[in-house]
Amino acid sequence: MDYIDVLILLIKAVFVLAFLLQLLPLLIWGERKGAAYIQDRPGPNRADIFGIRLAGMVHTLTDVVKLLFKEDLTPKQVYQPFYKLAPMISMTVALITFIVVPFADDLVIAGKTIPLQMAQLNSGMLYVLAIGSLGVYGIMLAGWSSNNKYALIGGIRASAQMVSYEIPMSLAVAVMFLYFGSAQLDVIVRGQGANPLGWGFFSIPGFIAFIMFATASFAETNRLPFDLPEGESELVAGYHVEYSAVKFAMFFMAEYVNMIVAAGIIVTLFFGGYQIPFLSTTTLTSHAPLITKVAFLGGAAGMAALVVVAIRKYRPGHFGDSRDLEPLVVAGLLVGGALASVGLALIPDYTNPTMASIAGALLQFSIFTAKVLFFCWVFIWVRWTLPRFRYDQLMRLGWNYMLPIGFVNLFIAGVHVVLFPNGILNRLGLL
Amino acid sequence: MFQQLAFYSLATLAIVAGLFVISGKNPISCAIALVVTLGSVAGLFVLLDAHFIATIQILVYAGAIMVLFVFVIMLLNLHPDEMGPPQISPLKMVGCALAGAGSILLMLKFVKVGGQFPAVPPEYGTIEAVSIKLFTDYLIPFEVISILLTTAVVGAVVVGKRDL
Repeated sequence: MDYIDVLILLIKAVFVLAFLLQLLPLLIWGERKGAAYIQDRPGPNRADIFGIRLAGMVHTLTDVVKLLFKEDLTPKQVYQPFYKLAPMISMTVALITFIVVPFADDLVIAGKTIPLQMAQLNSGMLYVLAIGSLGVYGIMLAGWSSNNKYALIGGIRASAQMVSYEIPMSLAVAVMFLYFGSAQLDVIVRGQGANPLGWGFFSIPGFIAFIMFATASFAETNRLPFDLPEGESELVAGYHVEYSAVKFAMFFMAEYVNMIVAAGIIVTLFFGGYQIPFLSTTTLTSHAPLITKVAFLGGAAGMAALVVVAIRKYRPGHFGDSRDLEPLVVAGLLVGGALASVGLALIPDYTNPTMASIAGALLQFSIFTAKVLFFCWVFIWVRWTLPRFRYDQLMRLGWNYMLPIGFVNLFIAGVHVVLFPNGILNRLGLL
Repeated sequence: MFQQLAFYSLATLAIVAGLFVISGKNPISCAIALVVTLGSVAGLFVLLDAHFIATIQILVYAGAIMVLFVFVIMLLNLHPDEMGPPQISPLKMVGCALAGAGSILLMLKFVKVGGQFPAVPPEYGTIEAVSIKLFTDYLIPFEVISILLTTAVVGAVVVGKRDL
């Protein structure tokens, strides 16, 4: 291995970490605002830095400060080693799952191909399932070591739930293995192609697999309607009832990172990953000058429209303090963004293959991020729409309905793949 | 160099954690130590280029079977002082002696054949390579094991539901 390869690997590792950790505050903000709008109230809008509130996004910063500087209380009755280990396990496991997900197609810089994926494992999706199954130890150990009955019940529920839902999840994933002939996520994304009709979602077994996988992801990430491990009306806070400050924050962050990872896997398996609809990577690189101009100028136009919206919100003397100037500051930032976008559209030479490749990868990465954010929003949306399941309903859904449906679905997919080995239309599952 | 370092640290971790499994007082700690052992063995599989086996080791043993173990221990919620003193029976001693003798024999054999293995082909240890072996050369043992597992499932149902 060359030094340059090691360097590239390190950059990619930092990039994956940064991607996950940067999306966290955004998601927490989305959760609060989403909950507020679904419940018909304004949501967080008070915390500000020199009058800048960014629609409540600054609120997340104050949360971070609070959680960092709060007293880190360790109750007397806990079993210290596991009590301290549990949040670390949760967080680590959540963060390392994402390394097999491809962000964009291979980058070609000066003739050197760089896969934009931290690890091209042959058993890619199985790695995700394996590491995901380790995540339950964090919750179980937290529940047990807290030496508290509520926490223990939460931990027990979590382990039973996660073991039950891993099986339907694996069965749903196996359908995609059959269709694309590999467990490697970049191969699956490439197999889906740029035509949306070829994506995993658009076939009958694929659709059923998607529904099953999404349901199982809700259970694995302990989100409503399956958040029984922390059901606050019964268990106070479940497995993390004895945790405070940074240790609690780690569980909290792990939940959101798990959500991003689940959304990333759903996108990669069923919605074409980084593929831009109707624009394959070859089209992107061969028509790079046109496509980049359209994309960047479009982005600039969008930001210009937002500038108009922001300036129309400016009402002098409404609050009587620095908050009045917020729309102008936001508008200024947007003008800067729009100018940068215009510059990116006009100045670099996109006929150069390296620049074309970088621009294509950037566009694919933005599409990937947009898809991931959409599915994160679905997680939030479902959480504030559906009530919690009862425990016996949860178990019955997993074992009595999803398991048999998963087996039948896998069988149908197998027959389908054998009868119609290739072709986009055949994948519809209707023939 | 890196491989040797990784091998020795993983092997030491596996042995130390394994010793803790049989000597520890607290059932949960023992179970977690067993998870550590299984994880280090998975690491050893990676060093042997058997990536698929390593993933399955984590997925099945560390992620599913051990979760059920810990689940049962947590449900019983045993405390170390409720379990009584450790019992040493003659049968256990015989078992220990046999296991020790077996591992010494294996070690001697490995020392003899060590370094004589050919280099592995590039596709070695991938899902495809393992599956092809499993469903052609070793099909009959595979099917026999699946019958054995079905028997175990039926047995569990019979024990769980006495009046079907």
